[in-house]
Amino acid sequence: MSAMEPHLTTLSVLVENQPGVLARVAGLIARRGYNIESLAVGPTDDPGFSRMTLVVDQTQTHVEQIVKQLYKLINVIKIIELDPTDSIERELLLVRVACTAETRFQVLELAEIFEAKVADVGAESVALELSGPPSRLNDLLELVEQHGIKEVARTGRIGLERARKRAAI
Amino acid sequence: MSQRLTGAEALVRSLEQVGVEVVFGLPGGAILPVYDPLIDSSIRHILVRHEQGAGHMAQGYYWSTGKPGVAVVTSGPGATNILTPITDAFMDSVPMVVIAGQVSRAAIGSDAFQEAPTFNMTMPVTKHNYVVMDPAEIPQVVAEAFHLATTGRPGPVFIDLPKDVAASEMDWWWPEDPAANLAGYRPTTSGHPKQVKEAIRLLAESARPVIYAGGGILKARAAAELREFAEKTRVPVVTTLMARGALPDDHELCLGMPGMHGNYAAVTSLQRSDLLLALGSRFDDRVTGRVADFAPDAKVVHVDIDPAELSKVRHADVPIVGDCRIVIDSLVKEFDKSERRREERGDPPPDRDAWLVQIEVWRDKFPYRYVEGSDDKVVKPQYVIERLCAAAPDATVVGGVGQHQMFASQWWRFSRPYQWINSGGLGTMGFAIPAAVGAKAGDPDRVVWAIDGDGCFQMTLQELITASVERIPVKIAILNNGYLGMVRQWQELFYEERYSEVHLGTDIPDYVKLAEAMGCVGFRVDTVPDVDAVIAKAMEIDDQPVVIDFRIDPMEKVYPMVPAGTSNDGLLLGPAYGQVEDERELTALADSDGAAPMTHGGEDEPPPEHPEGHIELDKGGF
Ligand SMILES: Cc1ncc(C[n+]2csc(CCOP(=O)(O)OP(=O)(O)O)c2C)c(N)n1
Ligand SMILES: [Mg+2]
Repeated sequence: MSAMEPHLTTLSVLVENQPGVLARVAGLIARRGYNIESLAVGPTDDPGFSRMTLVVDQTQTHVEQIVKQLYKLINVIKIIELDPTDSIERELLLVRVACTAETRFQVLELAEIFEAKVADVGAESVALELSGPPSRLNDLLELVEQHGIKEVARTGRIGLERARKRAAI
Repeated sequence: MSQRLTGAEALVRSLEQVGVEVVFGLPGGAILPVYDPLIDSSIRHILVRHEQGAGHMAQGYYWSTGKPGVAVVTSGPGATNILTPITDAFMDSVPMVVIAGQVSRAAIGSDAFQEAPTFNMTMPVTKHNYVVMDPAEIPQVVAEAFHLATTGRPGPVFIDLPKDVAASEMDWWWPEDPAANLAGYRPTTSGHPKQVKEAIRLLAESARPVIYAGGGILKARAAAELREFAEKTRVPVVTTLMARGALPDDHELCLGMPGMHGNYAAVTSLQRSDLLLALGSRFDDRVTGRVADFAPDAKVVHVDIDPAELSKVRHADVPIVGDCRIVIDSLVKEFDKSERRREERGDPPPDRDAWLVQIEVWRDKFPYRYVEGSDDKVVKPQYVIERLCAAAPDATVVGGVGQHQMFASQWWRFSRPYQWINSGGLGTMGFAIPAAVGAKAGDPDRVVWAIDGDGCFQMTLQELITASVERIPVKIAILNNGYLGMVRQWQELFYEERYSEVHLGTDIPDYVKLAEAMGCVGFRVDTVPDVDAVIAKAMEIDDQPVVIDFRIDPMEKVYPMVPAGTSNDGLLLGPAYGQVEDERELTALADSDGAAPMTHGGEDEPPPEHPEGHIELDKGGF
């Protein structure tokens, strides 16, 4: 990939669990003129810290600039740029798909193929739940589209670096 | 047993503990608890007439003392009034701590009287900010705030203090290490040795090096190191608007100011250079012009304490993160070593005679120049600056924003670092008077001249009341052209002389009466012979502020000039050099609001357009 072309980059940002830290990170990226594709925040094993996973669609040069600017935030401890080939990335999707008594079976069949869970069933719709790499979530959405998507909620991706497969000697 | 103090008492004691001697401020409801213990403190409080004044005074105080400036304001409007100086300090990396009152904790978020979301509002324009929710945290927060403001890349820190936190009690304590809780803050100060070596290797290979010295030199207190490095390497130095005086203007290697209104030798030496040693500078668009055309043949060594500045605007071939003083010191040592090795090998030093001669020719042919007035009644602003400088060569000089600022930077001969104080990054009109007051408060023995515009003067003139009452005898030179002159200049050059809302008039207000009403001495100068005479009178007064209303040529323009967003190669020299220019040709270059386009690297700037009728001088041969 050329450094000049925008591409999706996932940044895993370890931050101090301080008031305003989410506003600092989100505000900084907006202020510098970059868009956030997704942003997920959650606690870590240490209550003093949270992890933010953010996805940006930028050139490599701009990603480097974002990382440097983020590091200037006093509450930012560590940033890892997750390499898609060397990390696990997951996202959770909830989608409510329209169906009738006749088409419900087709929707459920798709769910089964994707190993999605059925989270809720109504007279005119089914809600499916799927977690996995974001691309799989996109595939499912594309396939249920023909039935009519009533609502979608996604968490935004989270990720971790892959472990070494061999112990250090 | 530890002492019980109120949060307010703890705040004042913490300020004393970090060595604060002067604070600038204005009280109000939410900050009332803090003003009570201030009465008993050794800290001097200077009561301003507008909170913007407090912020700029704190900035001026930093420049003249090297110590962080401190301002104290109330919640809501007090805090919003100081947003401009906070932003100004952020842009110019000025260490400053601002303490603002806030409504009580329980009322936060309820749109209470004088509640403003100042924690949110200051977030993007501070290095860091706090809202203190527990009085026990106050010593820690103050210690951290001063540590953050003054280390790494300096900047403003804002502390929001709810009224009930200031009023409730805590057990006094003082943190041993202000950085103990700052796990995410470890500025790199010494440059990587490999990069330092690489920088010196590039220098050895360079035929046309230039040192591009920025404000970071002054922040790092590295003027002596800069001078040693320049003298040893014999590399000429440009000093940006934020670094004027970092190397004295009369130093043979000092080329003066580059950029939009820089002189020909400074601008062109950067353009033709093959190696820029950027030391504490940040490739601001006012320096680079159109980025794609800036110093096209140059490799770049870029030293900055802020890693985010490296390769932000221009790719750095050798990026060096570190404090300028420490890194320049390493550069000097590495240069010495490489020189020894070269001598051992019996190699000649790099031949830069042609380059230095070329620069000399540029300097000689195109110094700053202006067309003299036709008679004694035409007072040229440049002449006023020359005479002020002659009368007070060692004064601290504080600039406003506009033509007068550029004239001051061009025509004053700066002889020492920290002599020049101005608002570079934000370009805040109204900066000069309060910043001069702050500078004088910090360094009372020094003569302080503010060079102000008539427009700027009217933005913060009330701080002259502060100056009178507090006995801070600053001197103000108004270059009164009756216009928002810099804007008028752009309308003349780029909007077909269609003057829209730039005329102020010279007679209202009557500046002499206004000065007198504020407890200052006022003078007015209408003719050339009066210039020296009145400056001499002003120099004799040392117990009162002085204002001189210099009625200057209203149509004078600042030259040289690089129109915004164009290449520095198209520097316009102006009428004083005897060439005919059809400035109407420039209208195509005007951008909408007079500001350079915001970019992340210059890719989306408009293509260069070379105005006809202007001669590309450096191609003419000498
Ligand atoms: C607070 C603020 N408002 C507007 C501007 C835009 N501006 C830049 S220079 C200038 C004119 C300044 O006029 P004056 O103080 O008389 O200085 P002159 O250019 O005439 O020397 C203006 C309006 C600014 N820099 N700051
Ligand atoms: Mg004016």
